Amino acid sequence: MAADSPDVRSVVDAVYRAESRRVLATLIRQLGDFDVAEEAVHEAFVAAVERWPAEGVPDNPRAWLITVGRFKAIDRLRRRSRHDVPLDDVVEQVEAIAGAAPGADEGVEDDRLRLVFTCCHPALAADAQVALTLREVCGLTTEEIARAYLVPPPTVAQRIVRAKAKIRDARIPYEVPGRGELPQRLASVLRVIYLVFNEGYLASSGESLTRHDLSAEAIRLGRLLVELLPEPEAVGLLALMLLHESRRGARTTPAGDLVLLADQDRSLWDRARIADAVRLAEGALASRRFGPYTIQAAIAAVHAEAPSAETTDWPQIVALYDALLELEPSPVVELNRAVAVAMRDGPAAGLALVDALLERGELADYHLAHSARADLRRRLGQTEGARESYRAALALARQGPERRFLERRLAELG
Amino acid sequence: MRYLCLIYLDEKALAAIPERETSALNARHLEFNEGLLDSGHFVEAEALQPAAASTCVRVRNGKVALTDGPYAETKEMVAGFYLIEARDLNEAIQVASRIPSAPLGTVEVRPCRDLEVDGVAHKASRKPR
Repeated sequence: MAADSPDVRSVVDAVYRAESRRVLATLIRQLGDFDVAEEAVHEAFVAAVERWPAEGVPDNPRAWLITVGRFKAIDRLRRRSRHDVPLDDVVEQVEAIAGAAPGADEGVEDDRLRLVFTCCHPALAADAQVALTLREVCGLTTEEIARAYLVPPPTVAQRIVRAKAKIRDARIPYEVPGRGELPQRLASVLRVIYLVFNEGYLASSGESLTRHDLSAEAIRLGRLLVELLPEPEAVGLLALMLLHESRRGARTTPAGDLVLLADQDRSLWDRARIADAVRLAEGALASRRFGPYTIQAAIAAVHAEAPSAETTDWPQIVALYDALLELEPSPVVELNRAVAVAMRDGPAAGLALVDALLERGELADYHLAHSARADLRRRLGQTEGARESYRAALALARQGPERRFLERRLAELG
Repeated sequence: MRYLCLIYLDEKALAAIPERETSALNARHLEFNEGLLDSGHFVEAEALQPAAASTCVRVRNGKVALTDGPYAETKEMVAGFYLIEARDLNEAIQVASRIPSAPLGTVEVRPCRDLEVDGVAHKASRKPR
């Protein structure tokens, strides 16, 4: 088989897609440095293209790549070393770490977890956590990340460089947090995943078609996390994302206009996804160790299982919001609860809550608070009040589809 | 590796704490220090007088210029510090989170670094003679 024969290339490509992230994760642990490990991964795959035609594809390609990557890295370090740097100590250390590893396959999933937790370390700036995770865990290129977030590639590159520098300078260890720290650290990972998901959720409203499908990436990340660490909250977040995704087909018109949950064509919802997600959410709830994402998933599940907006179990939803508020008090959650109360008890009850919320001031600049008030006033026949609130919402809304929706509602008032 | 843990507290809030509670807090700090000595994390620690007791020293064009107090108008001021030895940031964070006054304010955990002279690294730290 010639080195550039299509068979070898396609095998290497397939192995790259399946294994490169695992190889990277392990090499970072063995070599103690992100950049050194990335170069090593690259060189290992180059070596695979060169050697597999003659030697054949190894039985365990991942182990082969890890070993070759490590040798190449040590070679590189030797060539670069200066006389005053005690290189032999470094090499000895690397070999000790590599030798201590239980076996080529065991602990690889541990390395992927180490990588996820390190990229999402709270000591890193939030945007750096996102960029680093997308790059190192998901394998997106800097350009893909930049296009997805509509920022220039050098900005993304800078964030990643700074993040790696901080990992090095502050000595952020490459480890999975212990039981004591796990809940907080897991929360950081989940936040990153959900941030990526929401970015993709916004993008899919049709404004730009060339953006990488971040929502799909987030779900993939969510599934990986659940596979490596089946904590209830990780399961809950996955369920929540799947439920949001299940409605993708129904939430915009062909023209890109917003369709509210209440008005969506439920036959367009992905029932298979919903079933999958509901099963996951129920499992997470049963554990009794769940958190906010799981409760949000449960709320989304109640919606997903309702045949229509009118037959939705609104008392159940209000009860779930009560539970959510106990875990994570927030004005936005209170607002969502107020909307649910309006469905359960009538618009007047909901409006009283929204008025009180806006009185407190925290949501004064939140367009959804004003649009919720507008809607409730409209339902109560308070046309002038509704008009005032739609205008307030419009002054604050930034997304095209949301603005068009608010303008339409305003126009409908006459 | 060494980390400096700077304890930032709201001075007004601190001053409002009744003396009995402050005394108890101080006792907890002293106990904490003993614990850190035992665990090998302790390098040095001090409580600081309020920012009003500070003097700012500037040297410009060979002249020493003095002003009172720190120039920052922030709500939280440095109230004390711990210089600790820790294996890595996670360990440093664990130590910092157990500082008795941590719940009252913010602890900044900053890694220490060597000073490079002509490319050679030197520790800035010394022991008093």
